[in-house]
Amino acid sequence: MDFATIIQMLDSTVRLATPLLLACLAGLFSERAGIFDIGLEGKMLAAAFASAAIGVMTGSVWFGLLAGIAASLMLSLIHGLASITFRGNQLISGVAINFLASGLTVLLAQNWFGLGGRTPPLEGPSRFAEITLPFADGLRDVPVLGSIYGDLISGHTLLVYVGMAMVPLTAWVLYATRFGLRLRAVGENPAAVDTAGVSVVAIRFAAVLICGVLCGLAGAYLASLAAGFGREMTAGRGYIALAALIFAKWRPWYALVACLLFGFLDAVAIRYQNIDLGILVLPVQFTQALPYILTVVILAGFVGKAIPPRAGGEPYVKER
Amino acid sequence: MNKMPVWADVLLVPLISLLISFVISGLVILSIGESPIEAMNYMVTGALGSTYGWGYTLYYATNFMFTGLAVSVAFHASLFNIGCEGQATLGGLGVALVCLFVPWPHWSLALLGAVVAGAAFGAAWAALPAWLQAKRGSHIVITTIMFNFIAAALLNYLLVNVLRPEGNMDPATARFPEATNLPGLHQVFGLIGIPFSASTPANISFLIALACCGLVWVLLWHTRLGYQVRAFGKSEKAAVYAGINPVKITLCAMLISGALAGMMAVNTVQGEANRLLLNSVEGAGFIGIAVALMGRSHPVGVALAAILFGFLYQGGAELALWTKIPRELITVIQALVILFTGAMTDLVRKPLEYLFLMARRGGK
Repeated sequence: MDFATIIQMLDSTVRLATPLLLACLAGLFSERAGIFDIGLEGKMLAAAFASAAIGVMTGSVWFGLLAGIAASLMLSLIHGLASITFRGNQLISGVAINFLASGLTVLLAQNWFGLGGRTPPLEGPSRFAEITLPFADGLRDVPVLGSIYGDLISGHTLLVYVGMAMVPLTAWVLYATRFGLRLRAVGENPAAVDTAGVSVVAIRFAAVLICGVLCGLAGAYLASLAAGFGREMTAGRGYIALAALIFAKWRPWYALVACLLFGFLDAVAIRYQNIDLGILVLPVQFTQALPYILTVVILAGFVGKAIPPRAGGEPYVKER
Repeated sequence: MNKMPVWADVLLVPLISLLISFVISGLVILSIGESPIEAMNYMVTGALGSTYGWGYTLYYATNFMFTGLAVSVAFHASLFNIGCEGQATLGGLGVALVCLFVPWPHWSLALLGAVVAGAAFGAAWAALPAWLQAKRGSHIVITTIMFNFIAAALLNYLLVNVLRPEGNMDPATARFPEATNLPGLHQVFGLIGIPFSASTPANISFLIALACCGLVWVLLWHTRLGYQVRAFGKSEKAAVYAGINPVKITLCAMLISGALAGMMAVNTVQGEANRLLLNSVEGAGFIGIAVALMGRSHPVGVALAAILFGFLYQGGAELALWTKIPRELITVIQALVILFTGAMTDLVRKPLEYLFLMARRGGK
């Protein structure tokens, strides 16, 4: 494998890791506040559809992005209503949201565009353009570094940089602001937060809505990357993001590492079908299943135990 | 202490939830410019108007009965088995291996072998998540989701690289030998003189599904193990205090659940396709969640809810055939049923409780 191939692989790793990262951070906000969210997949799917559909209709990527966020927020509100207001089962609500998105997107796509559940392709201004960072072309002749800067760091679309910036931002919000402290406290011991006179419901709703916005970004990114919406186009990425979240033990910087790792596995699976290790051949299906296998290993607690937020999954009841 | 009579809790809550789901689905149909009444008409005539329609309805219902029971048994131990999809996938592998590599002399023996193999493979796929939950405290929902994907990858590998006959392009096994073909439901009904369409995939596994409903009922309410499972589900602390072994109960409940999910493959793989295809489960594992919630985790409820969803699936196919409404409408209805019967029960139950309280006060 030569240097150019490595750069190419890492470049597609970044591209593939971005939606995972955005969804993973979305899940992080929600789950750190004690609301389990297995509906990441559905929210991404709904956002991808809405942004592609509105992008096609208006020809503007920005209206598409807004529509994607709005669609994802709607589902977030349903999740919040079910799991916070009505104190229902958060897992079941997440399952329902995934089905709702999976059914409604195809239903509406078929009804609006009549293309068998797809949207027409996104073109030109209805997609995010690649951003060339300053001096990227001028520095290209510099050995190694020029290529790393010009091909790997520069030349991505806006949301890739937004995703990367979200990591320190999330860490800052979570660990250095009053809101972040309360959010984490609500996920560990909501009664204590309530005693301090802070509304558990408000913090949890805020967390769920942030989750919706981030999933909206992830979905819009996918639609822009694939230049349109296709049936079930998220293809389990919401669940991989969930796996990455557990792999990262619900921490932002680890989430970046986990998402890059899973993105890399995805890039490997796409580029190489079977990997010949000499003694045995790794089939492509193994590479595809590896994120899930790794997550189970981490969950089993043999290699560093993943402990979820303590109040996760439990509705908060004020008085008993 | 009960705010509501039992019959209201068991019947009214799911039925009202279903009604809300239907009304919202009706609004969805209206919003895409079609007529809900007409749609309902197509669905009812398509799924229930002929023995052909009934055949498909019962074929789908068979799948959903197995997965619905699987989710229900886990629910009773307060475990959420979201992995029926993967367990049924593995069950399909078991059924296929048994049908392909054992020279069965008669379909009845093949059926027996397939049931055992499907159940064993399904249970095996549930065993590791169950053990991890019981021993290591890994959340069963997450591990079973992961196992769904691992199962899909495993089956993909086996079908593409190992089980596919040479020269075949599509990833599927060879056809099973003639002797393993199950009798259709028309032959069963023919024995008692009921004419039934012969061109549907409904087969004798429907009767096995019904028998499983009975067995699960006996197991849960009339055996020691069933009592322990339910006690564990109601309160883990109390159950442990009463000397019930939590590891054993978690394992037992999940193994039974996985076995039931795996047995679904007898219907799809052996009964219908006669070979193992890539996606023979087709989401039935997830529909089991809706069925279990709708049927209140009771075998009778599950059987009825499974037939309801069988009707929706067949009706949905008919709908897609005759109108511009795509099949995915059924996924939306399914999502709404899960939402209202599983996650937002209080939305229905609280006002009902209030009504019954008012009625009781008024009566005294």
